[in-house]
Amino acid sequence: MTMIFGIPVQALLGQLLVGLINGSFYAMLSLGLAVIFGLLRVINFAHGAQYMLGAFVGYLLLTHLGIGYWPALILAPLTVGLFGIVVERLALSRLYDTDPLYGLLFTFGLALVLEGIFRYYYGVSGNPYAVPSLLAGGTNLGFMFLPNYRGWVVVASLIICFGTWALIEKTRLGSYLRAATENPRLVQAFGVNVPLLLTLTYGLGSALAGLAGILAAPVYQVSPLMGSDLIIVVFAVVVIGGMGSILGAIVTGYMLGLAEGLTKVFYPEASNLVVFVIMAIVLLVRPAGLFGRDA
Amino acid sequence: MAGLSRREISAGTPAWPEWTLVGLAIAALLVAPFLVYPIFLMKMLCFALLACAFNLLLGYTGLLSFGHATFFGGAAYFTAHAVKVWGWPPEAGILLGMAGAALLGLVMGFFAIRRQGIYFAMITLALSQMFFFFCVQAPFTEGEDGIQGVPRGMLFGVLDLNVSLNMYYFVLAVFLIGVFAIWRIVNSPFGMILRSIRENESRAISLGYSVANYKLGAFVMSAALAGLAGSLKAIVFQFATLTDVTWQMSGEVILMTLLGGIGTMVGPIVGASLVVGLENTLATSGFPVTIATGLIFMVCVLVFRRGIVGELYARLLKRQGRH
Repeated sequence: MTMIFGIPVQALLGQLLVGLINGSFYAMLSLGLAVIFGLLRVINFAHGAQYMLGAFVGYLLLTHLGIGYWPALILAPLTVGLFGIVVERLALSRLYDTDPLYGLLFTFGLALVLEGIFRYYYGVSGNPYAVPSLLAGGTNLGFMFLPNYRGWVVVASLIICFGTWALIEKTRLGSYLRAATENPRLVQAFGVNVPLLLTLTYGLGSALAGLAGILAAPVYQVSPLMGSDLIIVVFAVVVIGGMGSILGAIVTGYMLGLAEGLTKVFYPEASNLVVFVIMAIVLLVRPAGLFGRDA
Repeated sequence: MAGLSRREISAGTPAWPEWTLVGLAIAALLVAPFLVYPIFLMKMLCFALLACAFNLLLGYTGLLSFGHATFFGGAAYFTAHAVKVWGWPPEAGILLGMAGAALLGLVMGFFAIRRQGIYFAMITLALSQMFFFFCVQAPFTEGEDGIQGVPRGMLFGVLDLNVSLNMYYFVLAVFLIGVFAIWRIVNSPFGMILRSIRENESRAISLGYSVANYKLGAFVMSAALAGLAGSLKAIVFQFATLTDVTWQMSGEVILMTLLGGIGTMVGPIVGASLVVGLENTLATSGFPVTIATGLIFMVCVLVFRRGIVGELYARLLKRQGRH
């Protein structure tokens, strides 16, 4: 068996794959946070709960209506996105002229309520969600065995991340969005409906969380608490990357997933601490974050 | 982005109700253990002190910490360990818990004050999650079980804390000293500089204050006082568990302060009493506590940002202004 630094290559690649999967979710979630924060100046604490909501929508569609994975891949983000739009219209839009901390506190309360509801009805144990038959099984890559679904998660997250990046950086709608981020009043004066843009942005960010949730359902189990611990790691990712750049959020997400995977190989006890340690180091040497513009 | 400006929190403090209320409240607390279950009262006082310590930072310096569970729960662990394993007397255990919390505050503050506003909140949250993982793995916290069966011991070698009333009056004394200390800090020249940072950080810098040092100082003081509350709780309940270091606990403290009134002296005490009371009621009803706290959070932020006491003050000031 081939060894690298005294570690079997198989084990190393296996953990790197796990890291890449985790990194995919970090990237998708920090991307959503960055999109929302960029325009709304709100840190969406409910992002983890919305991710959980996406997974649960998929799970409930399957168990109650017999609707499978592929339709759920559209329906789950749509549901969560609509939910986000309602939340923005009814509540968040009233908080834009207050301190940004209130947005954080409101979405924190929302996250507690969502989690509380699902915990009340489904307990804390995870519910398994079967891998769709098309992606069942695995592929032998010669140097390692790759479960097909995991390969799909990595590909799908890359498509989602770069799709969102292209939407914001390369389209007309995206250019409105970036303009409104820079100077909302001026953009409003040019006849762009900025409040609508804000609503749609929160909807888009929430939908991204929902999409990540349904993608995660077959990998992790569907449980009411799946989002809350993840969101704190994603916050650390966002502090490391800085929320100034969409691409920065994506790259940081994948990098930290891989760093976590590597730590699991070499020093397993520290694997759930490593992201926070990296955050502390980044704060020391580059307080604005790796890709941050704002200090 | 320097935090909450004066416009958004209490509009000021009217003079007269403060001292009358304080006198009445102390009198009520002195007779309370004869009317209400003392353990419940002690829990309330511990959380009220925690919320006041937290408010020193949010209300008077404008920094939202999402990591106060670290100091509260961490100090509880230190005290429980010192008293149970090393056989220290309770007062020494509490001092150790406070010192430990201050040290944790120094470390967390050192990193967190490098960023402002929302980032500050996220950094404190992440670091406190890190401390949570540390507590899960460190052997001295005894993992999922927590440190159980902590002896209350003899205070200063003479006062038996196993007697419920002795314990209660000790907790009350510590609570009053803690709140008095916070009141002194807030109204000292140091406190005035903290307020100037809250109001306008750039201006405070331009006036020559080393804002970073003041923020760090406030953070450490707030951490030490939150630790005092945690140590006290460990002695009262005779255990220290992981529950007290979770992010949910940090959230609960924020809720207490928000509900009572950010930036008022009395608000956090009122908020803490209400939240602890509510949780006690819900515990028997079967309605999930998280849903209730989440809903209160949302309602407070949307329509009630000054909190109960802040709203009351605002009305009183308005009425005084009319005369």
